[in-house]
Amino acid sequence: MNWIFSNRRACFRQDACLVWIILALGMTSACTRRAGGPGDVRPKAFGTALVVVSGDKQAAGVGSALDQPLVVQVNDAKGTAVAGALVSFAGAGGATVNPDQGLTGPDGQFTASVSLGGVHGWYRITATTRDSSGKAAEVHIDAIALGYQEMLGEKVSEIHCVRCHDSESTPERVSNHDNLTAQAHAFTDGATLNAMTDANLVAIITHGGPALGKSAEMPPYANTLSKSQIDALVALLRALADPPYRPQGIFNASN
Amino acid sequence: MSLRDKVRSVWRYLFGDAVSAFGTLSIVLLILLAIVPAKDHFREWLSYQNQYLRLIRGRGDATSLNRRFQGGTQQIWLPDLGVVDRCGTCHVALKEASLVDVKTQPFRPHPPMPHTLTEFGCVMCHRGQGAATTVEEAHSSTKAWEEPILPARYLEASCGQCHLDRPVGTPRLNLGRDTLAQYGCVHCHMVKTPEGVAMTGSDDPPPLVHIGEKTSREWIAAWLRNPQAYAGSATMPNFQLPDEDIRDISAFLIAQSTPSEARKGREAAPTASQDAAAVQAGTSLYGESFCSSCHAMQNAAGLLVGGNIGPELTRVGSKVKTEWLAEWLRDPKTFDPDTRMPHYRLESKQIGLLIGFLSSKTDPDILGNTHFEAATQAQIDQGKTRVIERGCANCHAINGVKKAENFAPELTLVGSRPLVKILFAPGVPHTLADYIGAKIRQPRSFGNALKMPQYTLAPQQLDALATALLAQTQRAQTMPVSLRVPGHAQTNYQPAGRAGRLIDDMRCFSCHTFNGRGGDLAPDLTWEGSSVQRAWLVNFLKNPATLRPSLIRRMPKFNVTDAEANTLADYIMTVYQTAAVDQESIDSSHFTAADVEQGKELFYGKYSCKSCHIVDPNKDKGYVGPTLTQVGSRLTAPWISQWLKNSQSLRPGTLEPVWNMNEEDSKAITAFLMAQKGAPRKEVAQQ
Repeated sequence: MNWIFSNRRACFRQDACLVWIILALGMTSACTRRAGGPGDVRPKAFGTALVVVSGDKQAAGVGSALDQPLVVQVNDAKGTAVAGALVSFAGAGGATVNPDQGLTGPDGQFTASVSLGGVHGWYRITATTRDSSGKAAEVHIDAIALGYQEMLGEKVSEIHCVRCHDSESTPERVSNHDNLTAQAHAFTDGATLNAMTDANLVAIITHGGPALGKSAEMPPYANTLSKSQIDALVALLRALADPPYRPQGIFNASN
Repeated sequence: MSLRDKVRSVWRYLFGDAVSAFGTLSIVLLILLAIVPAKDHFREWLSYQNQYLRLIRGRGDATSLNRRFQGGTQQIWLPDLGVVDRCGTCHVALKEASLVDVKTQPFRPHPPMPHTLTEFGCVMCHRGQGAATTVEEAHSSTKAWEEPILPARYLEASCGQCHLDRPVGTPRLNLGRDTLAQYGCVHCHMVKTPEGVAMTGSDDPPPLVHIGEKTSREWIAAWLRNPQAYAGSATMPNFQLPDEDIRDISAFLIAQSTPSEARKGREAAPTASQDAAAVQAGTSLYGESFCSSCHAMQNAAGLLVGGNIGPELTRVGSKVKTEWLAEWLRDPKTFDPDTRMPHYRLESKQIGLLIGFLSSKTDPDILGNTHFEAATQAQIDQGKTRVIERGCANCHAINGVKKAENFAPELTLVGSRPLVKILFAPGVPHTLADYIGAKIRQPRSFGNALKMPQYTLAPQQLDALATALLAQTQRAQTMPVSLRVPGHAQTNYQPAGRAGRLIDDMRCFSCHTFNGRGGDLAPDLTWEGSSVQRAWLVNFLKNPATLRPSLIRRMPKFNVTDAEANTLADYIMTVYQTAAVDQESIDSSHFTAADVEQGKELFYGKYSCKSCHIVDPNKDKGYVGPTLTQVGSRLTAPWISQWLKNSQSLRPGTLEPVWNMNEEDSKAITAFLMAQKGAPRKEVAQQ
């Protein structure tokens, strides 16, 4: 290699080398920054609050994607939607959000889809945005993954229960909820249902409302549903309950 | 130096004298002996078992958990199923329901499931290498074992190895199998169930032998370019054809078209009434005829409303020729003998109104400016070659082109396909589930020359399809037959005689099931004769009144004559009878006013039937079951009585709970219901 530096020409080359090295370093750093791509989105605007527009508290089978996308909106201090604000999502326990960050659209909203983890139960997804001073505003979105038993419960419920217990009507299925004298509890009504023991829930499904001194509008399903189907319904109620159901039993607090 | 001396000097150099040699060898031997217990001590599973013992130490039920804990390798061996599972070696708490709060693996108890571990083991459902005792080997794909753990979202695939029916607990598998049938996958790919039965399509692709009568070459071209642009709900995939192929295929399809029976010997077609009032009347007739029970149409808000038995009609005016539509509405069978569309017996004026309405449903963007010069013979020949290449005849009947055998790879064993035989597209993770998913999502990413078309499927359908395909394993074929839950195959039932011809003419099987054949849109009529009174039936056939106010899919009015209605009623009353209902058992003339009064009390009180049924339209609001205002003129007393005792025995799957009612209560409620002979309720137009 000595011959390179043995004359003036080589000297020139030495300078050129330096220039090339500097240029290369510069290019590399520039490229790395660009290659950061979606991982390094810069906000164009800042908001101070984050609200969930839709997609909260959906239930789906373990490991699957939620039916409806997650929509959050960034607002400023006055409550007006902010376009171009950076929103990032973090899922816990195996739930993934796609895309996990991005800028809000012209309506101040950002939409992402959610895939649940492989274990049944509640998953919490946290959406974060930062204001111009870097202070974070957070909002939590819950999703419920249904295991086999709860999924079975959901299917049984779709056939036998939801017409009265779900007050929402669809063109395919008109709700009977408002036609009843006794107001059937929604399956998400944790405040009421969490207070009932498993045995009582099984009893009211099996023997009908009068078995617990409630309305006869709740029919007995003893001869229609099997024991495992009734257990599956109870499991579904426990999974959907909001606030979440905390099972009673011998547990170790330190765990 | 001799060899012997050499050896001796090396020996001296290494061990010195005999005593130290003995000492050294003893130490070496000790170390060697220690390797075995040390290796055992550092086993992966042993550390998990120790972690588990630490985890349960402080718990309230530690004593009983400890008692049930068994150290060492745990194995489930099921020789009949070929299962050797050692998963329980690390997953020590699978059966410990009280550990429900533990979230860390491998210590979580197994969530409730339909089978027991001792019955089926683990790998039957979860796959992976059951005999392995390291995390890596058990869960992942290794050189010696290709089948990794099945991701949770495909888990129902394993149910499908034995369950060939539709278990309630496997919605994804069921959707997947429906999608296979509905999107025509099985027309090209042979998929056999473990029973050896080839799956069949449920999509009913139209024959193209008379297509020239039905539509124009321009529409065919638009459709070939993108079927979903014409109808979002179309199940035909996009074949991503280049423009010249579209030109040639459309030329060939028109050229091969022959005249249908429909056009032979007909007077001039009714002319479409296009003025606003007529279109309005046509719209009403479309609604009154309950076309939307089978056909969907986009409403003003862009939402698709209606059934999916027939094609979507949102842009039908841009597709069909009015002369064809007239013949089709007159009697669809003459154009397509296997169609599911009933013969409506419409008058010419009505046909004119419907044509007026349907041909107003146009979309100028569909046809655009496409205009073809007259086709050359070369184009037609080229079109035929393309039609054969693309396998069009696997779904559609086409003159001069036969359905190809083994057109696409058979998928009967796709769930066990060895990974070494698969070419993965760049970026696809090397697992079978990911391969299948990627292949369906973007078939052409695996090579531009591939024949498989591009489907438009929702993410849920994609996952479901992969689930159904992953159920097609080698294991499913070799499973003991006693474990197999057979699927429900349709029968070939065909009623005979004049009534049979009428049932065929009105395509009753499209919606109703009789004796194991037919659709599930409307009630099973196998025992209809035991259920209804003849006079009501005749009247209903002539003018189907609404029984369930909340339904949007309803029985259409077929405009049958008195003679036809009587023929059908006679047949139904004689043939469709069940032994479970003895018509002689109850004489409704013996009911007393006291019975009726008692029945009323039970109806509103003890059984609260009014939650779902309406008897008094001014008071009752129940919306789930049929309206009972005139049930006394509709049903027979013995049927009602049996229905109250065990509705599922008469119609499996009905929403009515099984009341298991005693004789006294059922008699009283039957008396009350038989007294409900009220005047027909005024028909309230839906929507």
